[in-house]
Amino acid sequence: MTVETPVRFSPLAAWQDTLAQLPTGIRVRELPHLTQLTLRAEPGSTAVRAVAACLGVPLPGPVRAELSGDVEVLWMGPDEWLLVAPDGRADDLLARLRSAVGEEFATVTDVSAQRTTLALSGPLVRSVLAQGCAVDLDSRVTPAGSCPTTLLAQAPVTLVVHDDAPAPDVRLLVRASFAAYLAAWLVDACTEHR
Amino acid sequence: MNTPFRAPGHGRVDRGTTLSFTFDGIAHTGHPGDTLASALLADGVHHVAHGIRYGRPRGVLAAGAEEPNALVQIEFPFPEPMLTATTVELYEGLVARGLSGQGRLSGEPDTARYDTVHAHCDVLVVGAGPAGLAATLAAARTGARVVLVDELPEPGGSLLGSQEPLDGAPAMEWVGAVLAELAEHADVRVLRRTTAFGHYDDGLVLALEKRTDHLGAAAPAHVSRQRIWRIRSRQVVYATGAYERPIAFDNNDRPGIMLAGSARTYLNRFGVLPGTRAVVFTTNDSAYPAALELADAGVRIAAVADVREEVPEHWRSACAERGIAVRAGHVVTGTSGIERVTRAHVAPFGAGRLGERHGVDCDLLLVSGGWNPAVALFSQARGTLRYDAGIGAFVPAGAPGGVRTAGAAGGTFTLAGCLADGVAAAGQALSALGRTVPETALPVTGPLPHGAPARVLWRVPSPRDGREDQDGTLQFVDLQRDATVSDVLRATGAGLRSVEHVKRYTTIGTAHDQGRTSGVMTSGIVAEALGVDVAELGTTRFRPPAVPVSFAALAGRNRGELFDPVRVTALHPWHVEHGALFENVGQWKRPWYYPRAGETIEEAVQRECRAARTGVAMMDGSTLGKINVQGPDAGVLLDRLYTNLMSTLKVGRVRYGVMCGVDGMAIDDGTVIRVAEQEFLLTTTTGNAARVLEWMEEWLQTEWPGLRVHLTSVTEHWVTIPLVGPRSREVLALVAPDLDVSNDAFPFMSWQDTTVAGVAARVCRISFSGELAYEVNVPAWYGITVWEALHAAGDAFSITTYGTETMHVLRAEKAYPIIGQDTDGTVTPQDLGMSWVVSKKKPDFVGKRSFARAENLREDRKQLVGLLPADEHVLLPEGAQIIATSDIPAPPVPMLGHVTSSYRSDALRRTFALALVRSGTRRIGETLYVPLDGRTVPVTVTDPVLFDKEGARRDG
Amino acid sequence: MQLITCPWCGDREEIEFHYGGQAHVAYPEDPYALDDEQWAQYVFFRDNPKGPFAERWVHAAGCRRWFNALRDTVTHEFLAVHRAGAERPSPTSTAKGQEATR
Repeated sequence: MTVETPVRFSPLAAWQDTLAQLPTGIRVRELPHLTQLTLRAEPGSTAVRAVAACLGVPLPGPVRAELSGDVEVLWMGPDEWLLVAPDGRADDLLARLRSAVGEEFATVTDVSAQRTTLALSGPLVRSVLAQGCAVDLDSRVTPAGSCPTTLLAQAPVTLVVHDDAPAPDVRLLVRASFAAYLAAWLVDACTEHR
Repeated sequence: MNTPFRAPGHGRVDRGTTLSFTFDGIAHTGHPGDTLASALLADGVHHVAHGIRYGRPRGVLAAGAEEPNALVQIEFPFPEPMLTATTVELYEGLVARGLSGQGRLSGEPDTARYDTVHAHCDVLVVGAGPAGLAATLAAARTGARVVLVDELPEPGGSLLGSQEPLDGAPAMEWVGAVLAELAEHADVRVLRRTTAFGHYDDGLVLALEKRTDHLGAAAPAHVSRQRIWRIRSRQVVYATGAYERPIAFDNNDRPGIMLAGSARTYLNRFGVLPGTRAVVFTTNDSAYPAALELADAGVRIAAVADVREEVPEHWRSACAERGIAVRAGHVVTGTSGIERVTRAHVAPFGAGRLGERHGVDCDLLLVSGGWNPAVALFSQARGTLRYDAGIGAFVPAGAPGGVRTAGAAGGTFTLAGCLADGVAAAGQALSALGRTVPETALPVTGPLPHGAPARVLWRVPSPRDGREDQDGTLQFVDLQRDATVSDVLRATGAGLRSVEHVKRYTTIGTAHDQGRTSGVMTSGIVAEALGVDVAELGTTRFRPPAVPVSFAALAGRNRGELFDPVRVTALHPWHVEHGALFENVGQWKRPWYYPRAGETIEEAVQRECRAARTGVAMMDGSTLGKINVQGPDAGVLLDRLYTNLMSTLKVGRVRYGVMCGVDGMAIDDGTVIRVAEQEFLLTTTTGNAARVLEWMEEWLQTEWPGLRVHLTSVTEHWVTIPLVGPRSREVLALVAPDLDVSNDAFPFMSWQDTTVAGVAARVCRISFSGELAYEVNVPAWYGITVWEALHAAGDAFSITTYGTETMHVLRAEKAYPIIGQDTDGTVTPQDLGMSWVVSKKKPDFVGKRSFARAENLREDRKQLVGLLPADEHVLLPEGAQIIATSDIPAPPVPMLGHVTSSYRSDALRRTFALALVRSGTRRIGETLYVPLDGRTVPVTVTDPVLFDKEGARRDG
Repeated sequence: MQLITCPWCGDREEIEFHYGGQAHVAYPEDPYALDDEQWAQYVFFRDNPKGPFAERWVHAAGCRRWFNALRDTVTHEFLAVHRAGAERPSPTSTAKGQEATR
């Protein structure tokens, strides 16, 4: 019996073509199947130091993201981070982190399919997001490396500002069940720029 | 093309382009830059509408948003009611008609786009007149983030309507230079055609931008027609100007009667002469420039009646030079005319007594009763007002933090004063933000003539006073509501002492112009009638929206498919493809049932139920909330929050649990599996997922922060597929080759990790139907693959997909309650007949102490029971009341309880219901009655479990 | 739309928050030592002052942290916010005050 790799679908698989047809000035594409792990640990604890050493990056403070490494670390709450890594890294990372943490109190949970990621880039990104996001996305207020968890339109999202100027590059993490709503909202928000 | 009422050399309309439009069925023309009102006046049309109450002809009183009279209905390109002709920008092909108060909404859906945009700034300036422009410029030069909003298509405010020079040149040249400089600042946003209409908490100002209204049918469909700007500003400067105030006199509502400043605007902004022969009636200096500029443009000024005995020499001689007779100490007592004013009656008014009046022929009567600062937004922002007896108006007194006025809005009426005030306001705003404003050079204004104080006059006594039932029956106060001085006097005569009460009694100020021209005047007339000081009386409260805003604009893009987020599971595309009908559960779309061709819902649900009870069926259970609970104290936390014991659960096993509030009432239920020694995974009901997580976090974070537990929502990480029915074991075996599905190896209430259809899966043996059942959980990406594999494997067993309706029937037959349907926040686990889920061993858990409250021990509590209608075809409506007698007694009817769930059961071959009934458990076997359609339906009270009471089916 | 200062995330619109009622109402040490009336006081009764009121809020759409706030029930103004477990706020140390001087 041959072992077939089971087929998987990302939440916005059906939106690929629609998203590819957005107007000049904004590019939106799904980054499907990224590895996402929720790390919970007490800031300043041995566990946090162990995780930082294991990942080779410090765990960022409030509303900041550490985007330099292979594994991005997003602050989600005072004792909560979301680790984002390329597809297929969950098992390896889970094992490494759990071994780094050892007997200390820290937990890691695989939540890779909980959210999907949209990459937004281009000069229109801010004006499109401003249609539904009450957080001030001006680069002086929310510079590269910020990761506010907030509402976009009526969906909960985490915005990760990768690059701020002149053409912003923003990642948008959205719960899988809200992804289609948000994609429809984004496409509609671009209508004016056609 | 020129018409007799266009003044050559005046105005900012584009006379090179002609626009055709239709008003009241008659073709007219105008120019870009016109409003509907200016174009009609240019064509000599003054009678544009009728009063709502008396149907009297009405004209154009003003030139802007304060207009109370000239209400129009737009018919083309899209019907829109009750706009003011003075704010409708003219466009090609416009079809409109005058209204008598009310218009009509379109019966057709509005296909235009409307949207909302968030903006943030350091300083928001509202109004692009001289004060607002000066403030914006000063703020912009500091590098601050500035937003300037202005309601007109062109910035300039009052400068658009005057001939006052700046730096020795037309003032609009200065405006142009300011705008050019502002355009250089990347952090300055100038929004035209944008009206701030509401000031809310923490510097949030909402403004309506009319983006394509002025383009008519040529408006591009992809651009939003109107936009709501949500501007969050650290400092707000209201440079909103002032509105001129009319004066009440007999027949002051005729077409051809216009505010003096507005006539000036028609001349200077639109190049329109609003008449040929005018009488001017004023209480102050501001009407003189209007009279002089109109005279210079060719309007014959037949007389100026100035109520003041002393008229400043400057104005007197300027009038004399033009042959204009100035009658000091005179008033206009009334007018004549039918469709339009033809004569003004002028009389001396010395010592408050009318002298002999005589008529002055005219086709235009200009009125100025003084100026009211436009303080609506400032007042909304909780700025306080004080009465300034010198100008007869309410002016800002105390500004709340972060808010200030500038220019005429603050009671400063000279051009030089407004400019300086704008810079000063910007300086204060910026220094509050820790910035310093550099010296801003202001343009030089023309010489200021030596003026005289205004005289406050609300109402000219009528020659008819005392001769009729009520004084002032023809003296209009609120032209839009057709409310008169007599209405005000009737209110005060009825004993009303507050302007708020008078407003509601007379409706003055409640029309969509919000009483801009009538509010202060009403305060004045009420004060006079009551013999009190206007300052004491005050004015009515200003509330948002300051201007009419359509619901379409407020809704923005939250309509159609974006009205509310639609949450879907990973399996949703499959359900759609296979013809499922959906039920809304909160924001989720869940398959309701999967009808086959020609099937009714009853037939489909019966078929689905039968498959689950006799063969095999599957559903999408992915919407269940899932919370991962990890840490050394995970068991302790769950023991405290569930009514039953969770810490004793063995790894590999599953337990059903109920959570209660501190009041002992059930708030949620679900299954808990022990994943590892320090890890549990619990499920919540679909609608409660977020609430339960929040509830658990609240206890953990605030009450027991010492517990070493972490909660993580994994609801959408997993796709959950219940596989249900006597044949489910066989189907599962086909796709999970590594799994020993035998009852011994995989007993009820246990779980196993295995591979299903090649995907790492967690399979639980739990049942929400009483049948042998499994719940297959896989990461959501693989949901469709596994679902399809199960479906294909079940094909040989005629596997049937089922929806929420069937799920409800199956669970109700087994009396598994739905929290929130069979409970309502007043139901304990004991009331549900689930004492077995309440631990007697645990010393405490949330809710436990309340179980011992006397109220919760009462014998006559409502308890969950089954109901079998005597007629097995009668389906009781959910929510139906239950009574004890077959006859409905006289009210108040003693209610014993209500039906919570009601279905047709395929397994029972009849209808049945669950109900909460007072002393229900004790009543089992009794007959009760459900009033239905005027009769009562007898029902037998039963044990709630109606199917497979012994639980013989769960192991297959 | 009021702004509420999350002690972790800063100013956010009120729609991101959920209300949790009066703060500092501790779960009774021994519920079974209380009679029904005393227990009912804990379960059902809360203060309803006119003026400053210590409340519990959660930044539901953000960091999911519960925190305490001192809010004036007359003006709705948040006089202070503080992290759960931190010292109770004094009305002068408002986060918005800090914002203004930033």
